[in-house]
Amino acid sequence: MRASLSIRQGAHRSTFALFLLLAVGIMLIGKADPTLYERTRMAIADIAVPVIGAMSSPVAASAEFIEESKHLLAAYDENKVLRDENERLRQWHAAAQGLQSENARLRGLLNFTPEAEATFITGRVIGDSGGAFLRSVLVDIGGRDGVRKGVAAIDSNGLVGRVAEVGQYSARILLITDLNSRIPVLVGDNRERAILAGDNSDRARLVYLPPERSIGAGDLVVTSGHGGAFPAGLPVGIVVSTSEGSSELRVQPFLSPARLEFVRLMDFGLTGVLQDQDLGLASQ
Amino acid sequence: MSGSSWNSFDAIARNSTPSLLLLFLVVLGQLPFSLPGDTAVTPYFVLMAVFYWGLHRPDLLPAIIVFLVGLLQDALEGEPFGANAFVLIAVYWFVASQQRHIGGRSFLVLWLVFAAVGLVAESLRWLLVSTLTTTLIAPWSITFEYLMTVALYPILTIAFVLAQRTLPRSGGDFMD
Repeated sequence: MRASLSIRQGAHRSTFALFLLLAVGIMLIGKADPTLYERTRMAIADIAVPVIGAMSSPVAASAEFIEESKHLLAAYDENKVLRDENERLRQWHAAAQGLQSENARLRGLLNFTPEAEATFITGRVIGDSGGAFLRSVLVDIGGRDGVRKGVAAIDSNGLVGRVAEVGQYSARILLITDLNSRIPVLVGDNRERAILAGDNSDRARLVYLPPERSIGAGDLVVTSGHGGAFPAGLPVGIVVSTSEGSSELRVQPFLSPARLEFVRLMDFGLTGVLQDQDLGLASQ
Repeated sequence: MSGSSWNSFDAIARNSTPSLLLLFLVVLGQLPFSLPGDTAVTPYFVLMAVFYWGLHRPDLLPAIIVFLVGLLQDALEGEPFGANAFVLIAVYWFVASQQRHIGGRSFLVLWLVFAAVGLVAESLRWLLVSTLTTTLIAPWSITFEYLMTVALYPILTIAFVLAQRTLPRSGGDFMD
């Protein structure tokens, strides 16, 4: 018994070492050839998507149930707040209608070329890595549905992120809060240019601001369209004040990763800065 | 005749419970849970499973499964390929080799050991991912993930213990 145990342990030891070496080898290959690694990753995601999708439905349903029950409890107070808000929004609605018609007339006068019509593809968020390293989600639409790398992903609140990887049946969306996310934005009424840089926290930083600026808490942040990756004017978030003493400005995104259920991918036919061989993958 | 084949099928199914659990936990870690607040950080479920089964029944969890599950996690989370596989195999190796020293201790001791192993594992993972992506990744979300993982370990352990009760004993009739 004892002898066979030690033999088994000896065998274990070499297997463990073998697998450790194998993992190191895989890491090195992935480092040397990122596209191979990316393609493999999405191929695996494609296979896993139906399973994760099936498992995520009950989770989403129960989360919704809890949310709904909470709403039910707070219905009375919320109703009052909403009535006030509705009143205010109605005024805004009227103002917006006026501005819209005025805008249309002025554009007509200026012979303004409108931006390209966007095509939309809507997908369900089935996987949320919740990772400590990456802020990304998996959606159940992919190259087969016409998803291309680099297109903007939005939800009802505003910009969510961009498509980072495309598989056949799935795609990975890099959220704007991710460490690798850099988005050219315009801030406030003066439309000052800046870059919104994610750092894996819930609030992204504003960097590359002009030296003398008039940006303050509460200013709206929208995409600028610079770099050609995103269309201009997508709402991104609101500037929030940071701890006093630091000149750092942070943005509270409209994106709420925990409540992300559906995303719309907007394809404007913009290829932007993400030109690589993978762009030819789906369609153009 | 058919009874014996059913028995062997039953044994296979039972013996692969730890492996299936591991797979299930990887997928579970991918589900979009809404936690209080907007922080969408999920605990490192697989680490708990590898620690538990490495300690109690390494004979039922082949190293290759741990390795493949690590790769699957890398693929689904979008981390550099091999990082999780490396960390999980290293943890599995350590725990399985220390089985004699830490096996049979009280749960509190095991929890402390898990906290220590988890700290090393998460640090290693942070180091690997930071190196492979050549970006210094801010450590707070991984710290949060680590704390959540340690905090949830007792709950997962209850599930694992219940699962282990259904399994044939090591070296019993079903082995070999």
